[in-house]
Amino acid sequence: MSGDLRLQGVVKSFGSFVAVDDIDLTIPEGSFFALLGPSGCGKTTTLRMIAGLEEPTSGAVHLGDLDITYLRPYKRPVNTVFQNYALFPHLDIYENVAFGLRRRGVKDVSGAVNEALELVELPHLARRKPAQLSGGQQQRIALARAIVNRPQVLLLDEPLGALDLKLRRQMQVELKRIQTEVGITFVHVTHDQEEAMTMADTVAVMNQGRIEQLGAPIDLYESPQTTFVANFLGQSNLVPATRKGSEEGVVVVDCQGQLLHVPAGRLTTDQSAFLVGVRPEKIRLADPGADASGMAATAALNRLTGGRIVDASFSGVSTQYLVRMPWEQELMVFAQNLEVGDLFPAGSAVDLVWQREHTFGLVGDRVAGVE
Amino acid sequence: MSLHTLRRWLGANALRIYAVIAFAYIFLPVAYVTVFSFNNGGRSNIVWRGFTLDNWADPCGAPEVCTALGNSLKIGVISTVLATVLGTMIAFALTRHRFRGRTATNLLIFLPMATPEVVLAAALLTLFLNLGVPRGFWTIVIAHVMFSISFVVVAVKARIATLDPRLEQAAMDLYATELETFRRVTFPLVAPGIAGAALLAFSLSFDDFIITNFNSGAVNTFPKFVYVSAARGIPAQAYVIGAAMFFMAMIIVAVGEVLRARRVPRG
Amino acid sequence: MVHVPIPTAEHPPAPAPSPRGRRWTPYMLLTPGMLWLAVFFGLPLVFVFLTSLYVPAPSGLAGEYVPAMRWANYSEAFVEYLPQFGRSFLYAGIATVLAFLIAYPLAYAIAFKTGRWRNLLLILVVAPFFTSFLLRTMAWRQILADEGFVVPVLKALNILPEGMALTASPVAVVAGLTYNFLPFMTLPLYASIERIDPRLLEAGADLYGNSFTVLRKVTLPLSLPGIVSGTLLTFIPAAGDYINAQLLGNRSTTVLGQVIDSRFFRIVDYPAASALSFILMITILVLVLVYIRRAGTEDLV
Repeated sequence: MSGDLRLQGVVKSFGSFVAVDDIDLTIPEGSFFALLGPSGCGKTTTLRMIAGLEEPTSGAVHLGDLDITYLRPYKRPVNTVFQNYALFPHLDIYENVAFGLRRRGVKDVSGAVNEALELVELPHLARRKPAQLSGGQQQRIALARAIVNRPQVLLLDEPLGALDLKLRRQMQVELKRIQTEVGITFVHVTHDQEEAMTMADTVAVMNQGRIEQLGAPIDLYESPQTTFVANFLGQSNLVPATRKGSEEGVVVVDCQGQLLHVPAGRLTTDQSAFLVGVRPEKIRLADPGADASGMAATAALNRLTGGRIVDASFSGVSTQYLVRMPWEQELMVFAQNLEVGDLFPAGSAVDLVWQREHTFGLVGDRVAGVE
Repeated sequence: MSLHTLRRWLGANALRIYAVIAFAYIFLPVAYVTVFSFNNGGRSNIVWRGFTLDNWADPCGAPEVCTALGNSLKIGVISTVLATVLGTMIAFALTRHRFRGRTATNLLIFLPMATPEVVLAAALLTLFLNLGVPRGFWTIVIAHVMFSISFVVVAVKARIATLDPRLEQAAMDLYATELETFRRVTFPLVAPGIAGAALLAFSLSFDDFIITNFNSGAVNTFPKFVYVSAARGIPAQAYVIGAAMFFMAMIIVAVGEVLRARRVPRG
Repeated sequence: MVHVPIPTAEHPPAPAPSPRGRRWTPYMLLTPGMLWLAVFFGLPLVFVFLTSLYVPAPSGLAGEYVPAMRWANYSEAFVEYLPQFGRSFLYAGIATVLAFLIAYPLAYAIAFKTGRWRNLLLILVVAPFFTSFLLRTMAWRQILADEGFVVPVLKALNILPEGMALTASPVAVVAGLTYNFLPFMTLPLYASIERIDPRLLEAGADLYGNSFTVLRKVTLPLSLPGIVSGTLLTFIPAAGDYINAQLLGNRSTTVLGQVIDSRFFRIVDYPAASALSFILMITILVLVLVYIRRAGTEDLV
């Protein structure tokens, strides 16, 4: 039996505190799905309800045609990789990995166990105890222990959180490779937006128990629908503006006294006052009135004038500029260091130029999601 | 070595020197008991009369010694088993389950530990007197189980607290039912705590005098025997048993340590 | 990938309703033990309370009592045995302080100065107590006797005046109490001290320089939970103990426990004995509660 994982109207409250507030989610079979959000947003609680370690207060969870909402965890074809690995300290690695198989009554576990250990490239550790392994090794064994049971869904609860940066990057690639090889549905919970975007096919951004936006990483990033998503994934410049009118497929907005054009499909609200947004790496700096280098003057561009560079931080690959605009807001610009040397020193007056199609518009609190 | 260096050395090692003295103080009576177990003192073992191995060869030589010892051991084993089982069950209920009346339960467990032995003894005796229950072997067992349960609960609770609940969740996630989880994961990890609690219960029982004295009727236990013979003179055989208990305990502990060191391989 | 027949996940049965049957588990686990405590601890205390109010039977027979509500039993018992009361708490108090003074440096030494021998040393602190409690106390009686080796040495050093004996004295009683309850003080102290982050002590040494100030301002406050449990675990049993007084004391050192014992077995006076037991228990409970409130630790069990 196989199928998609579906959550319908799932709510979880602890007393008066609502941790998960009416979640509707369909996770396609065989995909790599990420639940992304800050701590306390309810993503781990949601994961635990899929695993069976928590019961929903209301709502339903289906795996294909099967209603697993109230099934005990040991009855679900779902396995979890825990945040702290939760390897059994009194059993050696081999027995840890074999645990699920043995509980299901499998007589000869050696084949499957050895294959799982090969998959995570640690067959030589079979007879050691968990305490003797490094963090990264424990993490891979935890993965092997879950995968060996070939569950329909594999849940990962911030499994890379305790690893150092280099190891984390390595494991991200590994996990993706294993998922593609094995073909199981992975549901990965994390607060690291880079991790979610690198690994997942689909990402759901959660905030305060609700899903703010769901989609492919690139869609979430380039077309955020709420300010939380705009600020949580990468960084955004959000400026208050008002609607002035519309032309063919384009909405004209008054942004602090300057005119900008937003493609109609990228404005997610009908209200007259909203926030206009653009990602810092999409903006080029130009001398006031001049063309920005690398942007053809004939392209459909948005331009904000009157900026003054307050700070320029060189970080090797790029330079991060803080530009103070006439309305006292500081906007961020990331410029790739194509040239050597300071093109726009602090204090210079600049215009901000970017392609119209990179603009988006939404309602909300400008600083939502900033931590 | 100059005086200055000596003073510096003393200052740095003052605590260690103190610890040595403190240990000497702690072991003094044990040393005394051990030494005098070899005394050729006969029935009244007060003055040193000469070295002999006779006492060790014939520990049951003095009348009543071995009867008392036998009773103490039997009572110890029975009460330990009962107290450990009952106490462990309570410890699990307290730490792993939700239920009403938690405060009252905690109170009832804590109170016996806060009540002086003489009060526990007198209370139990009053119960038996009022109900017309004759005092003997089984009233001793009842009393010992009663005061041991609280200690077992505390000891096992402490051990359970070190157990990461996510381990049990992982087990259930890996297809183990609640019973299997307990058998395969919880129990093996809590077992050392339960063993420690059992050892504690046994020593509390074996060494108990006041509560036993009140509730034993005519039945003799080892502490009772020593107390009663204190007036006449404690026979050397009692010292033999005392020393033997000490050494046996040391051996058990040493074995435990060796086993533990073996189970954690180096590297 | 090697093709090994992988066991497929079994087909789970039809969805089960939310499990409510698991609610009775805690009660099943609790009942046997709690019932035992209720019957053999709770109930006896009720009986003690009731018995403490009895009056002598009208028949006049010694040892015969009938149910009544004579509250005066309490005031009479309290007044008559006030000296024994006082002594119980006095000896226990002094012994607790002495035990603290002896145990604290020892616990500190074991925690910080012994490296990998720690566990062994902790066991050595407790090990002597596997010899029978009574044997140990008797041993002290012998050691402190005039014929032992302590007394002659003290007399030679002129610390002990001629003609004075150590045994059958309050000094011996307190010494016995201190010794016998030493592990109850040492282990909790150790547990607390051991948890102190050594870097805090270093920071303290940095700030204060003087090691006594570090002790006063850093170490002692940080080990407060251990001090609280240690003193409680020592004082409570010591206040009720009477074996030390019996074996190491004399007629003028009698404590409450001896009175209760004799009122049960020699001069049969159950109401007085019960009243005394109850007063002792309540007093200790009140002291413990006040102490805990002031020291601030909540969960002792």
